[in-house]
Amino acid sequence: MTQLALVIDLNVCVGCHACVTSCKEWNTSGWAGPLSDHHPYDADPTGTFFNRVQMYEVGVYPNTETVHFPKSCLHCEEPPCVPVCPTGASYKRPDNGVVLVDYDKCIGCKYCSWACPYGVREFDEYQKVMKKCTLCIDRIIDTRLPESERKPACVLACPTSARLFGDVHDPESEVSVAIREQGGYQLMPEWGTQPSNHYLPRRKVRIHIHADELVRADNPLKREDIVRETGETLDDVAW
Amino acid sequence: MHPAFSVIFLTTLIGVGQGLFLALFTGQIYDLATLLDVQLTPAFYSLGSLIALLFLVLGLVASFFHLGHPERAWRSIAQWRTSWLSREVLVLPLTLGLIALYGLFHFLGWTQPLFTLGEAVPVDATLIIGLAATLATFGLFLCTGMIYAGLKFLQEWHSPLTVVNFTLLGIASGFTLAAAISAWMNNGLLFFYGGWAVVAISLGLLGRGASLVRNGAIKHKSTLQSAIGVRHTRIQQKAMGFMGGSFNTREFFPGAGLPTLDRVRNGFLILAFPLPLILLAFSFLEQGPSILPLAAFGIQYLGLLAERWHFFAEARHPQNIYYQSVA
Repeated sequence: MTQLALVIDLNVCVGCHACVTSCKEWNTSGWAGPLSDHHPYDADPTGTFFNRVQMYEVGVYPNTETVHFPKSCLHCEEPPCVPVCPTGASYKRPDNGVVLVDYDKCIGCKYCSWACPYGVREFDEYQKVMKKCTLCIDRIIDTRLPESERKPACVLACPTSARLFGDVHDPESEVSVAIREQGGYQLMPEWGTQPSNHYLPRRKVRIHIHADELVRADNPLKREDIVRETGETLDDVAW
Repeated sequence: MHPAFSVIFLTTLIGVGQGLFLALFTGQIYDLATLLDVQLTPAFYSLGSLIALLFLVLGLVASFFHLGHPERAWRSIAQWRTSWLSREVLVLPLTLGLIALYGLFHFLGWTQPLFTLGEAVPVDATLIIGLAATLATFGLFLCTGMIYAGLKFLQEWHSPLTVVNFTLLGIASGFTLAAAISAWMNNGLLFFYGGWAVVAISLGLLGRGASLVRNGAIKHKSTLQSAIGVRHTRIQQKAMGFMGGSFNTREFFPGAGLPTLDRVRNGFLILAFPLPLILLAFSFLEQGPSILPLAAFGIQYLGLLAERWHFFAEARHPQNIYYQSVA
């Protein structure tokens, strides 16, 4: 079974919020109606967003690192928000594992948002229904788009390619390889929700070079080494 | 969690209705076993059922204010296989219907024995309906409690105590109301219902006290480290990604500080338990019709509203970890 998901590389994310704005732009313009805002230009603005980038400071000054942390629906393999829905408006697509809300069935009881430990469901105060990241379902399954564009808006917008998109059940996919080889992890693993989205951890990009590594002491092809010849060489031979 | 008044009224009002029905049916069972020295009148049964129905319907009305699309509420019966909320939506009208039938049969006097169990137990239609309604009532307590107790990462709620307390507090308020009706009708049942109310209130205090102690010492499984997956002892949020507030900052925070929570807790610990007990005790000393049990019920209900507010406000949702600093 296919399980589409995002893999977000925290080592690469620079916290520019391009994924936030492109998400909002794409999803507020679609067939499902706007992601409504309330007082967008007023003193107390608020609105519906599927994706946010948060900042965390790790360590004690001056030895700190800033972690930019994009946060959207993780499309859990065991989504706790789905079984609690009384109407069946919340569902997980059997063909690609994307967790969605049927806005025409949702009664707006907000119970699913209580049942999500990650707080990634948003109640639209105007449409009065629960909304959430759809992984841009209207893009990724649209065969009229060229294949390179069948990706979520956030992935296409990311200037540093910190967001990878693919099938985490396919062991050879780009995302599976990234998870496997770069220490991909899930958020709040303690609840058994098995999030499909993974994060790649911060890792050191500096290497420490020891002096002996500069000379290839173990080189069997001694000719590659810089050799200072003494005595007679070919040039000295009189032809 | 942000305490929503619709849900506070829903859970407390249907609790009173369920408890009152259980009180009526307990009376009928005692009457059947001839353990009471007074007869329960059809007027008492039907009036009691009507009041129980009134509370249940008021609770149902309150619940609609919690919905974004009340006109679609009928859809919520669909997922009864997995959702306790869906089960509640099914069991609540069932309970309503059975209690209505129970009151109607008593009102119309259709209480001729259908058959006799053994030698001495005459079984009439109201007994059968009452038994079914009792099952439905306890089923409703279970569903309502499990809506909250079933959310495992809301650790303050994820405990059998949640279901037990919803049941005990509902029964306590229902029996207090039954005592109030009895005292007003002066039908000689004040001691019976008042006595059971004292027992139920005391058990409710034990159960709620136990949950307060449990929740005071709770160790939350989710931490900022597990939330963002960074292993470091010192992590600070510097920005939550927006400054204007959102659903995340409104729905999941109590909207009140710890001092307020403590004041509300102290308030309900006085209003819902000792004060009704004292008023009921005084009413036992009075002769003739008494208004004291009704006062006990009113004060107790105010206490239960505060209790339910605290129940919601006290629960700390793990998503709050992500929303600790605006900027």
